Amino acid sequence: MKVTFPHMGNLWICLNAMLQYLGVETVVPPPSTKRTLNLGSKHSPEFACMPLKLNLGNFMEASEMGADTILMAGGCGPCRFGYYAQLEHEILNDLGYNYRLVVMEPPEKSIRELLSRIRYITGNRSWLEVIRGIRFGFRKSRAADDLEIMAMKLRPREKSTGQADIALTEALKLIAETQRPEQLLTSYNSSMEIMKSVPTENRPVLKVGLVGEIYTMLEPFANMDIEKKLGRLGVEVDRSIYLSEWVNDHLFMGLIKGLRSSHIYKKHSAPYLMHFVGGHGQETLGGAVYYNNSGYDGVIQILPFTCMPEIVAQSVLPRFSQDTGMPVMTLIVDEQSGEAGLMTRLEAFVDLLAEKRDRKKELA
Amino acid sequence: MPIKIGIPRSLLFYKYYPLWKTFLEELGAEVTISGHTTKAILQNGLKLSVDEACLPVKVAFGHVAALRDRVDYIFIPRLVSVSPREYICPKFLGFPDMVRQCVHGLPGVIDTNINLYRREKDMFRQYYKIGEFISKNPLKIAAAYRRAMAEMSGFNQRVEEGMLPEEAFSAPEKTRGENPGFRPTVAVVGHPYNIYDSFISINLIKRLGESGINVVTADNVPEQVVNSYAATLNKRLFWTLGRRMIGAAYHFIDNPSIMGIIHVASFACGPDSMTGDMIERKVRHKGNIPFLNLVLDEHTGEAGIVTRIEAFLDMVNMHGTAVGI
Repeated sequence: MKVTFPHMGNLWICLNAMLQYLGVETVVPPPSTKRTLNLGSKHSPEFACMPLKLNLGNFMEASEMGADTILMAGGCGPCRFGYYAQLEHEILNDLGYNYRLVVMEPPEKSIRELLSRIRYITGNRSWLEVIRGIRFGFRKSRAADDLEIMAMKLRPREKSTGQADIALTEALKLIAETQRPEQLLTSYNSSMEIMKSVPTENRPVLKVGLVGEIYTMLEPFANMDIEKKLGRLGVEVDRSIYLSEWVNDHLFMGLIKGLRSSHIYKKHSAPYLMHFVGGHGQETLGGAVYYNNSGYDGVIQILPFTCMPEIVAQSVLPRFSQDTGMPVMTLIVDEQSGEAGLMTRLEAFVDLLAEKRDRKKELA
Repeated sequence: MPIKIGIPRSLLFYKYYPLWKTFLEELGAEVTISGHTTKAILQNGLKLSVDEACLPVKVAFGHVAALRDRVDYIFIPRLVSVSPREYICPKFLGFPDMVRQCVHGLPGVIDTNINLYRREKDMFRQYYKIGEFISKNPLKIAAAYRRAMAEMSGFNQRVEEGMLPEEAFSAPEKTRGENPGFRPTVAVVGHPYNIYDSFISINLIKRLGESGINVVTADNVPEQVVNSYAATLNKRLFWTLGRRMIGAAYHFIDNPSIMGIIHVASFACGPDSMTGDMIERKVRHKGNIPFLNLVLDEHTGEAGIVTRIEAFLDMVNMHGTAVGI
C-alpha cells in the first residue's frame, strides 16, 4: 500500500510523520503548481471549487509516482468538502486510475471511529502505537505553525529581503526530516534558533488579519503566496486559522488545551452573522471583528470562486466595515487568477492602510 | 388590524407555501406574496446582493425588496435543515443575515430557525415560536399548526401525483389528467426555485409543454423511490435538495418511459456542481437517453436557451424513433 494525500500547506509534514511512524509507505505529491491545477481543472466540474481541482491534480501527479491509496478527510456538509472524496474517486475511476480510497470522517460522537479507520491503513499496530503516531504528526504540525507565525512577524522587519523565507524553508525541512518523536524537541529548538538568527530592525509595521476559507488560507499555491507578498510590503500578517488549531477543533474535538479555538470567533460574529453557515463562514466574520477589537489595520478575506459559506460572509462584511471603519478587502481566487492582479490589489490596499494610519497619527 | 406578513415568492416558497400560508392565516395574519419574478425584481435583487451569489438568491433579494413597503413582517425563516442529518445549502443558512445586512428599509423580519437536523419532532416547537409573532394563545397556535400540516400533506400528495406546485397550491379538484400516450415524457431535474420560476427558467416547462412534451420533475417522484436510489451512493448526500435530485434522476435514468433528461442548474451553484456532475456521469455510463445541461444566470438570453431546447427535442424525437415509440 502506497498512501498519498492532498496538499494543504504543511499538512504533508504532519501526515507523513504520522504514517511513516506507523510503518506506512507514503507518496507525497509534488508541490502544487500550474500543472497540478491544469490537470485537476480539466477533469473537474467547471464550478467545483478550486480546492477540489487541486486535490485531483495532486492525486493524478502522485499516481505518476506510484501511489495507489488515497487518504482524505470527509465532512458532513453543508460545505461541499464533505463530498470531495467521493466525487474525486469517481472522476479518477472514470479516468482509469486504480485508487483505493480511505476517508476520515469527522467523529460525530467519539474519537474511536477515526482511530479505527486509521487502523485500516496501519494494519496490526497496537492502539498505543497509533495514538503515538497521531501525536507525533500533531506535534509536528504545531511546530510548523509556530515557525510560520515567527516568519510572519519577521518578514516585514527583516534587514535583507527574503532572509526570513530562506530561514523558514530550512527550519521546516529540519522538522519534516525528524524521524523519531524523541528527537522532535531538539529539532524544534534548532529550528527556532534558525528563525531567531534572521537579522531584523525595528520598523513600524501594518497589521493585517487574514480570514476566509481554510484551504485557500493554508495552501500558498492557492493564495499565490499572499503572506509572503504582504510581508514584503511591510505588513505583519495573522491568519485566523492554523492547521494545528483546526485539527484540534475538528478531529480531536478541542481536547488539547491552550490552543486558540474557533469558538472565540463564533462568539464575535454577532450581529452580522448569527448562525453557522458551513465551512468557516461564521469564523470569517468573527475573525474580522476580533481583528478590529485587537487594533489591526485591515482585514483581507480570501476564498475560492463559488465558495458558498464565504459568499454569505462576503455579503455581510461590507456592513461590518461600514459600522467599524475597518478596511476589508475580499480576494477571490480560481484557476484564472493572475499574480499581477493580486499584487496590484495588495499594493493598493496596503497604501490605503498606510495612509489611514498616518492620518490617525496626525489627528492624535 | 390584522398583522400583514409578506412571503417572498422565491427559494423554498415552491415547496412550503401551503404550509406557511395556512399556518399564518389560521392565526389571523394577512398574508401577501410578491408577484411572479420580473426583470424589475431581478434588477433590484442584483443591486442589493453580491455578484457571487447564485441567481436564485439574487432573485430572492428582489422579492424581499418588492414586499418591504407593503407589510409589517417579511417571512424568511432560517431554513437550517428540513430533514434529519441534512442541510439545504449555506446560502439558506445565512439568508436572513444577508437580507438584514444588505437590504435597507426592512420592516420586521421573521427569521426563526427551522432546524430538523436532530429530530423531525423539533418542527412543532420551532413553528410555535413563529406563531408567537402573531398570537399568544397556545391552543390556537397548535390548531393552526395541525391545519397547516394537513394542508401540506394534501399539497404533497397532489404534487406526487403529477401536478406542478403552482397548480397544486390552489386547485385541489383539478387533476392533471393522464398523459395521452403519444406525448414523449421528458424529465426536468433542478431545484424548485429554478425550474418553477418562469422568469429564471426562461419559461422552460411551459415551452416544453407547448412543444408537445409531457414534463415530469423530481417532485413528482415519491419520497421512497427517491430514497431507494439515493441510498445507492457510497456516502449519504447531506443536501436535501441534492438528494432528491440525484434520487429522482437515477430513477428517471432507469425508467424506460422517460425519453430525455434536462438538468437545470444555476451558474456557480455549489451543490449542483457536484450533483450535476454525478448525474451526468450516470447518464453517460448508461448511455441510453438524451441529456441536456442548462446553466442559468442573470445574463441568460432566450435565443440561446431556445436553440438548445430545440436541438435537444430533436434528439428526443430521434431517440424515440430508434426505440420504436
